[in-house]
Amino acid sequence: MYFDSLSSLWHMDGHGIYVWVSYGVTALLLAAMVRLPISRFHRHWEWVKSEQLRRVSAEPTGAVDGQKD
Amino acid sequence: MGSPPWFFRFSGRLVRWLLPLTVALLLVGAFWGLLVAPPDFRQGNSYRIIYIHVPAAVVALAGYYVMALAGAVSLIWRIKMADVTMRAAAPVGAVLTAIALVTGAVWGKPTWGTWWVWDARITSMLLLFFLYLGVVALFEAYENKTAAARACAVLSLIGTVNIPIIYKSVDWWYSLHQPASIKFTGESAIDSSMLYPLLLMIGAFYCLFALTVLLNMRAELLWRHRDSAWVQQLIGDA
Repeated sequence: MYFDSLSSLWHMDGHGIYVWVSYGVTALLLAAMVRLPISRFHRHWEWVKSEQLRRVSAEPTGAVDGQKD
Repeated sequence: MGSPPWFFRFSGRLVRWLLPLTVALLLVGAFWGLLVAPPDFRQGNSYRIIYIHVPAAVVALAGYYVMALAGAVSLIWRIKMADVTMRAAAPVGAVLTAIALVTGAVWGKPTWGTWWVWDARITSMLLLFFLYLGVVALFEAYENKTAAARACAVLSLIGTVNIPIIYKSVDWWYSLHQPASIKFTGESAIDSSMLYPLLLMIGAFYCLFALTVLLNMRAELLWRHRDSAWVQQLIGDA
């Protein structure tokens, strides 16, 4: 470990602000880059699933109706 | 490779081990670069930005080749999976180029005394960012997705001219940007204590690129084939 305390790690001899801002922005952008396709996938999955359920519930139930008479 | 159902199943298995591998490599590489590696004798601790700046730039450039190659395959052989690959790689490349530009600007302030200069390397990287954005925008602009893929492929292929310019810009023009520290031939201008975490982070960014492109491709395939029997069965069985 190069740094001997949390404070020296944070300040990095005056360069801490540049280093931590760079890493922070990168972490946010990378997290969004991975998160977006995962959410898109789930959105598409749920859409197809709801369409399947809608089709099943809209199917005619003629045989059952016929037995009523 | 050309069969969407096969690719969907294969990529699902690949993603499952690529995700933990990428996270582990990123965490170890960042820990090593930030906390263990020694400071640079000239730049001090600000040089630690190298561990995200260089991997992002290297993979953004390599990603462009992936996109352009997919564009060429799509244009010549009209393979739909190539369209999907091209579309999946464009936003990932745009984010990585944006990271390279932002971290470069932040690193430039303590090193050069300025956030930005219209230097050959930096300007050609900015052009790369616009090329990626152009491909993303073109795909969205066309109603007909076949025409969109064709236009994007042409733009990608024209943009490949920019890649050797980015690589060689620091040698061809007088530039504030330092020349490459890692060399394939000859000795690298970086000590091994700094080089190993850098190589690890480059590996991590390559894995991250592969992972995100695969995730984008899976989302796109699911939507394009939503009415097909294999998607209906896959979701029905789940």
